[in-house]
Amino acid sequence: MSGEAAAALNAWPAKLRRIRALVRKETYQVLRDPSSIAIGVVLPLILILLFGYGLSLDVKNVPLAIVMDEPSGEATELVGALELSAYFRPQIADSMPVAQQLLLQQKVDGILHIQSDFARRLSAGQATLQLIVHGADANRARIIQSYVEGAVGAWTAQRAAQGQLTDSPPVTLLTRIWFNEANDSSYFLVPGLIVLVMTLIGALLTSMVMAREWERGTLEALLVTPVRSDEILLGKTLPYFVLGLIGLAVCVLAAKFLFQVPMRGSLWILLGASMLYVLVALGIGLLISSWVKNQLVASQLTMLVTFMPAFMLSGFLFDLRSMPLLVRLITYLLPARYYVALLQSVFLAGDVWPVIVPNTLVLALMAAVLGLSSRAVMNKRLI
Amino acid sequence: MLSAILRILALTRKELLAVLKDRRSRTSLLVPPVVQALLFGYAATYDLNHVPYAVLDQDRSASSRALLAGLDGSGIFERVADLHHAGDLARYIDARRALLVLQIAPDFERRLLDGAGAEVQVIADGRNSNTAGTALGYLSSIVEQFNISWRSDHALPAAPVEIVSRAWYNPNLETRWNMIPGMIGTLTLIQTMMLTAMSVAREREQGTFDQLLVTPFHPYEIMAGKALPSMFVGTIQATGVLLVAQLWFRIPFAGSYLTLYAGLLLFLLAAIGIGLLLSSVAATMQQAMLYSMLLIMPFSLLSGLTTPLSNMPRSLQYFTALNPLRYAIDIARRVYLEGVGLNVLWPDLWPLALIAAVTLAAASWMFSHRMQ
Repeated sequence: MSGEAAAALNAWPAKLRRIRALVRKETYQVLRDPSSIAIGVVLPLILILLFGYGLSLDVKNVPLAIVMDEPSGEATELVGALELSAYFRPQIADSMPVAQQLLLQQKVDGILHIQSDFARRLSAGQATLQLIVHGADANRARIIQSYVEGAVGAWTAQRAAQGQLTDSPPVTLLTRIWFNEANDSSYFLVPGLIVLVMTLIGALLTSMVMAREWERGTLEALLVTPVRSDEILLGKTLPYFVLGLIGLAVCVLAAKFLFQVPMRGSLWILLGASMLYVLVALGIGLLISSWVKNQLVASQLTMLVTFMPAFMLSGFLFDLRSMPLLVRLITYLLPARYYVALLQSVFLAGDVWPVIVPNTLVLALMAAVLGLSSRAVMNKRLI
Repeated sequence: MLSAILRILALTRKELLAVLKDRRSRTSLLVPPVVQALLFGYAATYDLNHVPYAVLDQDRSASSRALLAGLDGSGIFERVADLHHAGDLARYIDARRALLVLQIAPDFERRLLDGAGAEVQVIADGRNSNTAGTALGYLSSIVEQFNISWRSDHALPAAPVEIVSRAWYNPNLETRWNMIPGMIGTLTLIQTMMLTAMSVAREREQGTFDQLLVTPFHPYEIMAGKALPSMFVGTIQATGVLLVAQLWFRIPFAGSYLTLYAGLLLFLLAAIGIGLLLSSVAATMQQAMLYSMLLIMPFSLLSGLTTPLSNMPRSLQYFTALNPLRYAIDIARRVYLEGVGLNVLWPDLWPLALIAAVTLAAASWMFSHRMQ
């Protein structure tokens, strides 16, 4: 064995010992500072509970004002059909001005206006109903429109079956929503929330760590020891990585047992992808904090580059394909985008390899790049 | 009184200098709201303008082509594949290559001509069921168009009941109109609250807070000196977002600026009050950041910006009563889109005033008691 190789071999135990010492120091620091534990364990629990229950895009029990210009058997029957539906809570308004006032105060979400000649025109086969919705929440308004259309369509189909009307539309759609038959919005919101929570706690855990050492001057003390910069970074990352994984476990358990989101893929893929993602999130925090050296700016930057983009640009709520090209290009830089795709597939669709492989590769690449650049930034800072 | 005002102004000036003299910190306060408003203004919409779909047309008749032409001509639907085997359907959905897959049966045209009514099977990728539902809604209105022209071409009577829909305040039902005014409050909340919470914590961590205490300042003067710069930064940030909404996205402003700014100032006061209260509790910057994060995330997600408040369980709705952002979003939307005045906004204004009064009073009590 040449002397050089032996020296390299001898260097390893020393390196490991230094890393172990750093990990131990950092672990003590984590354990003694309750705020880190709070970020790693309590924060995910609170957030997933709050948001899991609080966020929903399901439209049920829509308050709907109904104006009947002239009561008739048919109009009453239609209102009865709406009352039976779980989607509406119809209330009769005496006149259009009254109903409009209700809509203005947002006491109702829409007005269904049944005009005076409804019964007569219905028997002639050409009745019109007027529907006014409050457009402020356009997504909800659109859903309400389609529900009203569906309810009225079902009512006319029922009358047709009873022989009172003979007409069926030329083409009907027979739709199925795969992976989410019941159209329950928490199925996709909860996996998305896991991404949001992990992004935030991962980056938060590390973002202040280096900046704090710079600000307090303790990093210089660390630098005069034989510890090398990659060892410092590794020592800083490991304890927080474990903390991040605990947070992840909290989230996944809540998703499965509290919010009953199905887990159709394998747990191993979920775990592997999540470990990569925690590394990426920790890396972002490390990079920011070794770059800016200032806790105030580091925390603001972390918030700006993690939380809001993961909320708005990750595909968790809004469809990425509908964004303009420039914005879509920016979303490719966002790790959250890949993790959202992974989690939504693993939770709802199963082990879909064409989704899993490319997204995992990108995350692995990002973790590597972030690790290397944190080291580069730190090395540069040392000189 | 005059000397108190002078002292507050001096402190405000010192604070503003501390925040704005550093180029990095200046940029990090002034640029992000505008950039975010631009980015999220495009991104945050439930509207779809690009729906990839695949079709398995087993009929290949003039009628099925006419129906598909309606989709392709919509400018929204984009056909990514013509499938030949039923087995391919699942592949396109699974790999997210298509949001919708249509299957037209071989007897499509025959059934249409017989008047028996034809069915088109549609499968949607429900991994985001809201997007799937919206796409299905678009699809059904295109099919509705097809039905209307089919009926008139074949001298069939029109549909027995026709629904004429109108949406008030947002005739084209664009979600962007709703989102961007809501962002005025959201984008300012994060940084103003954090700025306030961290600025006191930093002084405490660096030991300069003690120096401040030995000066002739009253606790409430120190507080005012911390609050005013944040108000200033917040107002500028809000103005930036407002300008983006009007000049870039060209969303018509229906109300009065005076009303909007009155509401926003009250909101900023409440947000800063919360920030000050947090900073009086936190011992270190890390704690201050943690506490403000713990509030900012729920505040911004449970504010009605992206999902309606009325969908929340009752207990959470009570919690949102403490959320200043909830009122700010309502104020911004209603002033911006509906043009309502202060008299209508009363239910939003008094809770904000209450939150501001309680938090500011509590913070000043905490400051004066920590000093002894």
